[in-house]
Amino acid sequence: MSAARTYAVAFAIMAGSLAVALLSLLPAEHALHVPGYVVALLGKYLCYALLALSVDLVWGYVGILSLGHGAFFAIGGYAMGMYLMRQIGTRGVYGDPLLPDFMVFLNWKELPWYWHGFDQFGFALLIMALAPGLLAFVFGYLAFRSRVTGVYLSIITQALTYALMLAFFRNDMGFGGNNGLTDFKDILGFSLQSDATRAGLLIASAALLSLFYVACRVLVGARFGKVLVAIRDAESRARFLGYRVERYKVAVFVFSAVMAGFAGALYVPQVGIINPGEFAPANSIEAVIWVAVGGRGTLVGAILGAILVNLGKTIFTGVLPELWLFALGGLFILVTLFLPKGIVGAWDRLTAKRMAAPIVATPVRQPEAGE
Amino acid sequence: MIQTNALLYLDGVTVSFDGFKALNTLSFVVEPGEMRAVIGPNGAGKTTMMDVITGKTRPDTGTALFRGNADLTRLDEAEIATLGIGRKFQKPTVFEMHSVTDNLLLALKGDRAPRRVLFARETPSERARIDEILETVRLSAVRKRLAGELSHGQKQWLEIGMLLAQEPELLLVDEPVAGMTDAETADTADLLRRINQTRTVVVVEHDMAFVRALDVKVTVLHEGSVLAEGSLDHVSADPRVVEVYLGR
Repeated sequence: MSAARTYAVAFAIMAGSLAVALLSLLPAEHALHVPGYVVALLGKYLCYALLALSVDLVWGYVGILSLGHGAFFAIGGYAMGMYLMRQIGTRGVYGDPLLPDFMVFLNWKELPWYWHGFDQFGFALLIMALAPGLLAFVFGYLAFRSRVTGVYLSIITQALTYALMLAFFRNDMGFGGNNGLTDFKDILGFSLQSDATRAGLLIASAALLSLFYVACRVLVGARFGKVLVAIRDAESRARFLGYRVERYKVAVFVFSAVMAGFAGALYVPQVGIINPGEFAPANSIEAVIWVAVGGRGTLVGAILGAILVNLGKTIFTGVLPELWLFALGGLFILVTLFLPKGIVGAWDRLTAKRMAAPIVATPVRQPEAGE
Repeated sequence: MIQTNALLYLDGVTVSFDGFKALNTLSFVVEPGEMRAVIGPNGAGKTTMMDVITGKTRPDTGTALFRGNADLTRLDEAEIATLGIGRKFQKPTVFEMHSVTDNLLLALKGDRAPRRVLFARETPSERARIDEILETVRLSAVRKRLAGELSHGQKQWLEIGMLLAQEPELLLVDEPVAGMTDAETADTADLLRRINQTRTVVVVEHDMAFVRALDVKVTVLHEGSVLAEGSLDHVSADPRVVEVYLGR
């Protein structure tokens, strides 16, 4: 994809979000006024799009099918949630200046050590990147060094997010148990209930998404990205050429996890809650479906897929809530059968724009040498 | 430590898979600048020997040295590749979704650390080197094509080109002419002989006409060890070799 098209996508995300944000600030009786819930909804979609982008980077370009990226998303979300909890201060139900409500309720006398520092936004921001990144590093180092690939890796990622879900459900973990963290009041001093804050969060989400999109595009377009695709398509060839495959995988996996963590961090203030349900394996699988629908290995397809599928979900769950999962499953089957390259792949074929085949075309799986 | 001037030195190498000895106290020595052909029936241990040399398989016992000082049994594939051993697989293995040029670019000798590659830009000298290799393996005309679109023979040549780009001291070439036409086979023999002018080459091959065309020392493997070694005429005259090849 050309640089012009890359910046056009980033510009479209920014311009669209900016327009919605500004329109939401018009007086309520104005014809063009956008209600606050639409702003929050769009902001949520953009966070999902960033999650999808992080999944596409590892799945589409390195062939790592992570079914546990929701874990990194949720951890980033918890880091933000802890900051937001500390901002409540004496405005909680129990009015304790230091302890969040759920700790008072559990009769805890002092703040656990890992809650310290979260009253500072800068510290929380650091943890939003560090915590998912560190988990991804440890997990990736162990898995990729042992050369766990394919479906085995996918299953371990599922186990990872499932184990974290069970852990976070426990009250004595100190993250609010099954209720999670909620009742947030304000972020950086701005009330979370105000339209202006919602608009600001939407713009922040759009900015982060655009920034990471451009970064991913630059990464996959450079020689580094060519090595990634080489690893995806013929891992042992890459190894015998002298590439330390596991180092590349760990590096990309960590970068991707940090992206997912930031997506979760921006998601939490816009939906007002984070609980262990975000670790549910189904969430991670859903993110993979967004990518498949939009077009794996295209980056822009991940963004498109996440927004469209979630728009469909919002509409569908409003009309026929009990049928949504059937619709999602059906969509996945239909896309796999009829749009193997997703919406972007189908679009490219229709417009026959593919004069020079980009490296982002369909991943192929070659049998490893010696098999 | 064993003193040896050989480029590749294997001694007493044994590899067993579930009790089956794929290599059985194999000894195999290649001198610098040599070209060696390795033949043997299926299951003789040819590919396993390549796997041991390139670090894919760890031997149970035995010595494997490169340049007399690098212990190949302790290094992994990437380290051995960086050390100067290139390997062509039996089945042509190229990066199908990359262009021919990019395949060579990725194979060019250079720092492979992720943080170096992250900021790598294609230099004029790299471009010149790629052009040179494209000429050598006769793929200049298809340089912009995706590797996946090449014919079988062209893929074999591209993979050989990628080996050249790595600038290894030792090339291990596994069945380079499998599935090639007679004309392509003759061209490949010619190409390997030219490569051998500057590098040491070990060729594993089934095709006897091709081995004859190479006209080099031959090692016959059977049941994981060396059965005979010498010129093709010499080993062909060996009754044990005849028995292994023609059945008993």
